[in-house]
Amino acid sequence: MTAELAEVLIRAVEEADSSTRLLEAVQQLSAARLTAAIPTLIAALGYNNPGAAVAAVDGLIQIGEPAVLPLLELLDGYNYGARAWAIRALAGIGDPRGLDMLLDAAKNDFALSVRRAAARGLGKIRWEELPSEQVQLAQERSLEALLQVSQDPEWVVRYAAVTGLQELAKSFTLSHIDAARQILAHFDRRVEDEDNLAVIARIWLAQKEIRDYTTEILESQEQEYETVSTLVSALDFDWQATLEKLYARKRREEPLHEGDPRKFRELAAAISSAIA
Amino acid sequence: MTDLEDFEANASGNGESLTVELALANLSGSDRGQRYYAAWWLGRFRVRTREAVDALIATLSDESDLTPDGGYPLRRNSARALGKLGDVRAVPGLIECLDCTDFYVREAAAQSLGMLGDRAAVPKLIQLLEGGLEAAQPIPGCPHLAQPYDAILEALGALGAAEAFSSIEPFLKHPTELVQYSAARALYQLTQDSLYGDRLIEALTNDKLQLRRSALTDLGAIGYLPACDAIAQTHAENSLKLIALKGLLEHQIDRSPFDRLSEGAIRVMALMDDLL
Repeated sequence: MTAELAEVLIRAVEEADSSTRLLEAVQQLSAARLTAAIPTLIAALGYNNPGAAVAAVDGLIQIGEPAVLPLLELLDGYNYGARAWAIRALAGIGDPRGLDMLLDAAKNDFALSVRRAAARGLGKIRWEELPSEQVQLAQERSLEALLQVSQDPEWVVRYAAVTGLQELAKSFTLSHIDAARQILAHFDRRVEDEDNLAVIARIWLAQKEIRDYTTEILESQEQEYETVSTLVSALDFDWQATLEKLYARKRREEPLHEGDPRKFRELAAAISSAIA
Repeated sequence: MTDLEDFEANASGNGESLTVELALANLSGSDRGQRYYAAWWLGRFRVRTREAVDALIATLSDESDLTPDGGYPLRRNSARALGKLGDVRAVPGLIECLDCTDFYVREAAAQSLGMLGDRAAVPKLIQLLEGGLEAAQPIPGCPHLAQPYDAILEALGALGAAEAFSSIEPFLKHPTELVQYSAARALYQLTQDSLYGDRLIEALTNDKLQLRRSALTDLGAIGYLPACDAIAQTHAENSLKLIALKGLLEHQIDRSPFDRLSEGAIRVMALMDDLL
């Protein structure tokens, strides 16, 4: 049944005679999430039809792991037009087997669209799928690459590197605090030298996201006050503010006692607005 | 996508390498090709020295480089370069260029005058809109209109020429969509009325890719935040969507100097992240 469906959908892509029909056919094939569709979806990356390529990338990301090797094989070839899309698919899947390809593309590809997709992908690798003894080295290689890429001549590649570093810093927070601190110190320096407002804004956001994430995992793990303050100050956060935020959130979660005046605040407001 | 990005990639590094001295020497030399290239080069690499600006201004009345069909290639490149150098001493020369017999010199001058931000150009620009829609109809067999209306409208918007409102408004009904968009863009800049921003959002659903691209540029230039989702979803290259969203983001940052990450800024960055 699935095989039949795959055949019908694949034939629709192959027989599409206009760019709109091609787009629709690729969208339908992608939505079916069939592994049999992988070669056709990969071929669609090279049709020079951006809409179809976007749909094919989405489909390949949904299929995930089985698409990784065929994508890596394609990337070894010369199909330039498809390369950026294939890198985006690999980045979206986050399979660590794509790591070397992403490292090379982020640092060395001449097309900025490839470098930016790869830089973003380096932050999305699913490290837990690597054997545990390989994780640290792989993460350090990504860190080194992203620190370099965050000084790319193109703003959008620097912007992408910030998103990659943000994710990397988050995965370092508990395992490798020095590396997380290194990323935050790097952000502080970059924001001074950066002249592109969009990149500066993205660095601010990354700093905030890392801080929020750290606070959140510390909270969820019921860490001791001591550990919290050590970690937070190790990351150079304004730890007083971070702690206050953390405890404020805790207070909000606590049920209010009977007779607590805050319980009646809304009621009082409703009454006073009704009188007014 | 690929053509555009190849161009970006090449423009950022390669090309014949000149020095400032050599470019200035070439600009006043006798080799037409070298003069033409030097004018482009000085703009591309933002050579803002007094000598460079003076030398470029001098070429705005050049008679030596004249094509058989009445074009002034050197003047065109010099007018474009002067817009990028940000020196208002170029304004009087550029205003004179608005009377040039070569359409493309007038177009380049109008674009650069919009970039230089000096309101001295406003009366002359308004004068070029005289005759309204009737004078602005397409000319059979001619690749362009009587005047570079889109560049003129955009310049008036960029210069905040509120007095031009009634001259610009009729162009919303121009037969050429690109001109309509330029009018909407300018009117939004003059009034901040969402009516005009929404007109450009509507343009993102146009069947023609070229027109969607143009609307993306316009929305980025005016930083119209309500367009952010439509920008992310329109069928066009991610690179162009990213540039448009960057425009929106930068407007969000400008407007909230005290709260550096506004809600709007964070929303735009989330969309940008997904387009990398």
